[in-house]
Amino acid sequence: MARVLMKGNEAIAEAALRGGAQAFFGYPITPQNEIPEYMAREMPKRGGVFLQSESELSGINMVLGASASGARVITSSSGPGFSLMLEAISSMALTRLPCVLVDIVRSGPGMGDLAPAQEDYKIAGNGSYKIPVLLPGNVQEAAEMVVEAFDIADQYGTPVLILADGMIGQMMEPVDFDKMPPKRKNLPDKPWRMVGIAEKGYRTQMTIHYDMKLTESTWIFEHEVMPEIIKNEARWESFGLKDAEIVVTAYGTAARMAKSIIEDMPDAKIGLIRPKTAWPFPYQAYEEIGPNCKAVVCAEMNTIGQMIDDVRIAVAGKYPVYHVGNTKEAPLEPENIIDKIQHLLGGAKS
Amino acid sequence: MSVAYTRPKSLTNAPYTYCPGCGHGIATTLAAACIDELDIQGITISVSSVGCGGMGPWFFDTDVISPMHGRAPATATGIKRIHPDKVVWTYQGDGDLASIGTAEIVHAAHRGEKITVIFINNTTYGMTGGQMAPTTLPGQKTTTSPYGRDAQSIGNPIRMAEMLATIDGAKYVERVSVDTPANIRKTKKAIKRAFECQMKGVGFSLVEILSTCPTNWGMTPVESMEWLREEMIPYYPLGNFKNFQD
Repeated sequence: MARVLMKGNEAIAEAALRGGAQAFFGYPITPQNEIPEYMAREMPKRGGVFLQSESELSGINMVLGASASGARVITSSSGPGFSLMLEAISSMALTRLPCVLVDIVRSGPGMGDLAPAQEDYKIAGNGSYKIPVLLPGNVQEAAEMVVEAFDIADQYGTPVLILADGMIGQMMEPVDFDKMPPKRKNLPDKPWRMVGIAEKGYRTQMTIHYDMKLTESTWIFEHEVMPEIIKNEARWESFGLKDAEIVVTAYGTAARMAKSIIEDMPDAKIGLIRPKTAWPFPYQAYEEIGPNCKAVVCAEMNTIGQMIDDVRIAVAGKYPVYHVGNTKEAPLEPENIIDKIQHLLGGAKS
Repeated sequence: MSVAYTRPKSLTNAPYTYCPGCGHGIATTLAAACIDELDIQGITISVSSVGCGGMGPWFFDTDVISPMHGRAPATATGIKRIHPDKVVWTYQGDGDLASIGTAEIVHAAHRGEKITVIFINNTTYGMTGGQMAPTTLPGQKTTTSPYGRDAQSIGNPIRMAEMLATIDGAKYVERVSVDTPANIRKTKKAIKRAFECQMKGVGFSLVEILSTCPTNWGMTPVESMEWLREEMIPYYPLGNFKNFQD
């Protein structure tokens, strides 16, 4: 298949179908509406289930039911709706149910507005758990990550979140669906699936922690599952770290801004680290930073900063870390990052 | 010698953990007996709830899942849409179905979801210690209505069966009670009919069962059956609100 020009949201939906999605449940919210709209058109043609739920709360619980039934299932939303889903996502993390979640992020807090943002990096439900979070930087990558997310979900028994700012969802770019990641081998079967005793030959009782103590179940996750995910699934892109005086770190659209700035400032020694996964966070990428580094600039499309906490852990006090984000006037713009870099380099000279 | 009664085989060997005299025990046994009689144990997927209904997974000898509080009809929808040939049902109390889960139950009915819902109405939150429910009767004292339910402040009790019967997708809706042997027989008949509604692909089915909570009502089991009969039934009339043609 040749490259096709597609909107990020539509590429995500098409990739989900190619990744084997058998069902989509979800509720309308801007800026992700092209995903359910695409699914509504395509799912019936391809023998899958599309259902528009009465709320995100209901939608994610349909996802839970479909996942428990053994199906590959996906939902999508944005911050206000995603917040409503957290109860069930937390529960799916506990019962180790796989699914793919897509959050096309808009500005918050609360209803906020519809501008693209990176404000859901720290979104989490109750209890101690972590789920893999993938951070696409362009439309092609978003499609590839969705295909892979279904395999990651099945391999480890976990929800997997595609966290993309509204710009990635709304922009059009060429996508080549021939370049999707290969299907992972040796994915586990789903012996627990809800299908009735007759078909399996045994009964499944999918209560909050099966027949285990809660602490045993969460201990297994921490000590057996988490280390495997951390070892195998951290992804990042980096360049220019050895000689860098300033390292810019950013993901998604903020990373695209950072790359364009680095191209525009060829005389400055600026390196880049672009995490492609928020969890597991690629802490190891920051160990490659060379001795000339004066500061790390963490550019995010938000106020306060969210990924910056992981960056601070990664550099462990070796360099000062600065947040560059939304200004009083507008969401993050490339000029804000340039100003910060020039200030830091100027300050270093004087 | 013939066997007049036996433990339904759709029950596990786990002893009930309901309080002595609680109506849940009767309802749970009846549901399992209906699954036996319809010979659907192997293709049934049970969805429990949160509250005393949440103990169901230890009792029903079918595939069984615990959903989030109030979301059983949504979880059941997800299961049924993946396995349309299986029998999927929920077992929910009044806090679960008539309070936190109203959106899910209304829209499952509205979509005509081919699931069966067994709804236990005992006018209170049993598991959390007898708080006021949307079904608590006017003037009824609970731990969160210590002066009696005040309709001026909190409204009158909600009649779920009547409300759901107005929805087009709901094809079988009946209210029954477990206060007498005759009513228990009617309850069993209604549960069976509700499962048949699903198995024939007709649409959404619900049985509201008036039940007792002697522990939180502060009554003996016998007194609580009398209270059900004298106080609940006049407010929650028994009968069929929606039926389908065979």
